[in-house]
Amino acid sequence: MSSLVAVLVDGVAYGMLLFLSAVGLSVTLGLMRFINLAHGAFAMVGAYLAVVVVGAGLPFLLALPLVFVVVGIFGIAIERTAIRYLYRRSALEQVLFSIGLAFALGALANLIFGPQQQGILTPAWLTGRVALLGLEITSYRLFLIAMGAATAIALIYLFEHTLFGARIRAAVDNRRAAEGIGIQVERLFALTFGLGAALAGLGGALSVEMLGLDPAFALKYLTMLLMVVAIGGAGSIEGSLLAALGLGTVDALFKYLLPEAGGFVIFGLLVAVLLVKPAGLKGRVA
Amino acid sequence: MNGDFGWALRAATFGLALAAGFSPAAAPAADGKLVVGVILPLSGTFANEGRQYEQGIAAYQKLNGKTVAGRSVEIVTRDDQGPGSGDLARRLTQELILREKADVIIGYSFTPNAMSAASLLGEAKRPAIIVNAATSIITERSPYFVRVSWTLPQSAATLGDWAAKNGIKTVYTMVSDFAPGIDAETWFKKAFIAGGGQVVGEVRTPVTSMEYAPYLQRVIEAKPDALFAFNPGGDVSVAFMKAARERNLAGAGIKLLVTGDVVEDNSLSLIGEGLEGVISAHHYQSGIASAENERFIKAYKEVAGAEAIPNFRAVQAYDAMDLLYKAVAKTGGKTDATGLLEAMKGLTLTSPRGTITIDPQTRDVVQDVYIRRGEKLDGRWQNRAFETYKAVVDPGKTAR
Repeated sequence: MSSLVAVLVDGVAYGMLLFLSAVGLSVTLGLMRFINLAHGAFAMVGAYLAVVVVGAGLPFLLALPLVFVVVGIFGIAIERTAIRYLYRRSALEQVLFSIGLAFALGALANLIFGPQQQGILTPAWLTGRVALLGLEITSYRLFLIAMGAATAIALIYLFEHTLFGARIRAAVDNRRAAEGIGIQVERLFALTFGLGAALAGLGGALSVEMLGLDPAFALKYLTMLLMVVAIGGAGSIEGSLLAALGLGTVDALFKYLLPEAGGFVIFGLLVAVLLVKPAGLKGRVA
Repeated sequence: MNGDFGWALRAATFGLALAAGFSPAAAPAADGKLVVGVILPLSGTFANEGRQYEQGIAAYQKLNGKTVAGRSVEIVTRDDQGPGSGDLARRLTQELILREKADVIIGYSFTPNAMSAASLLGEAKRPAIIVNAATSIITERSPYFVRVSWTLPQSAATLGDWAAKNGIKTVYTMVSDFAPGIDAETWFKKAFIAGGGQVVGEVRTPVTSMEYAPYLQRVIEAKPDALFAFNPGGDVSVAFMKAARERNLAGAGIKLLVTGDVVEDNSLSLIGEGLEGVISAHHYQSGIASAENERFIKAYKEVAGAEAIPNFRAVQAYDAMDLLYKAVAKTGGKTDATGLLEAMKGLTLTSPRGTITIDPQTRDVVQDVYIRRGEKLDGRWQNRAFETYKAVVDPGKTAR
């Protein structure tokens, strides 16, 4: 029994990592209706940045907010120079541009860092094991759970209970009316896109320890991120959280209970959810 | 949209027409040049592997020059993007032979890529030296294949035999679910069971799986003496090794046994503590103390940078070049396929890994396999050899 709980805790931690990496995509996709396939590339930028600054001696815990801010600014810069011209374009053009951007950033990473795997030095207190309720959990996984929970709470508060969140919802639902009452939609969208990128960067930085890092990172995990958003429903923080935790735990549970087929169950889950709820668990039917 | 689709259709048709119009009688270059067509994964997920081979080839030419038996050697490299790129390896093989007039092919990091090119080599009558692809059966798919790298059964069966002889009674196996993984599982089990061991559980994991904790939990509950594992290397293997440490396999009293590619020299700093006490079987580790290995590492660092560590892949590419040079020297510069193949059969090379021979019957490599233990030496994680199985033949060839 205790081992089943251990497997579930591992799954929750893995799910939290998925949530952290995917929630920014849910924001840009759901709130801004922009299909950003470069999201994984932003995560990769954050991951490389974390590897560089931690390698230069910055403590891991300080590297995380730094990555968040820098990748956020990078996202805003990309939004101002390119993305904003694509909001009114077709979905296909958005897909083509953003996947092209992902390829370009991946190639750039290859030029700068080479194709080899990168590692990050996590502090000693994150590499040990913690005895908790009679279980042995690794501290890094506990840390992921804490980070994921904190991020989810912060984002839900931001979007549901602040003026910023209200403005975003207004701008998405009726852009003209929002501009009419003095909301600066342009600036708001740039900030929101930056937030999505910042979240991706944070997820990327936290991924290195578990998933490794090389220039293929930009595209390798995109499928998983899109699955989280598709199941959760674009634009919903709670949806992303539910979907990521669901994927993480279902994956862990079935790998444990049914090792011979367990690795494929999540794809069945995706199909099942989308058959019943095409817009995802918490998707807003536009 | 329609235009795009039509264009794609035309391109595909053109490609097919090109493939169909393949003429087997393309003559090799006759101007004194020896053209070596090289096919490696140089972009995508496995670009890192590709670079290791490339640098191994460059290191060889640095030491041995660019002419052999009066022929100047020209390397023409193509990128097959790793496995799963459909028939790209086949198309590139064709292009190298037809358009670039390659006399010989060196390449194929992955089993499916070698398999897809097999029939072509026979049609074109060009030998190909396999630089890595390690599934046993490949060399039987074409008489034009010569393998200088290794086979998974070589490592896996050796490890199975060692485990049975060293007090390990029960084993759980965990391999990635693709041809090399099945090979590894099959041959480890054969040797281990033949030695009196018992397999208490087995699982095949998805090739790209990065999350191994639940599988490992299952292993811990089965309480075997050891876990035998194989996965495709790179980030997947690093993630697996980290997870094995995280789940504390050693603390549960379970030894970890892996084929050497899972803990290759390039990944050791990333695996770190996870390497402690891990037993592996492999044909190369950078710690081999021989003049040839020292020369090789020195040349490799000159090519790839002082910080670079060559792994078994670099050695295999280096040896592929050595095999070619030695064979061409033997034929006096003639590069007709029959002559070259005959010259390669039975050749013995002094490789950085030790002495290796190309078996004249199977065209497959015969080499020493080292049993190593992971430990920290002078602040660096390494696989230290403590036992050697001499002149191991691919067991996949002897069983029939």
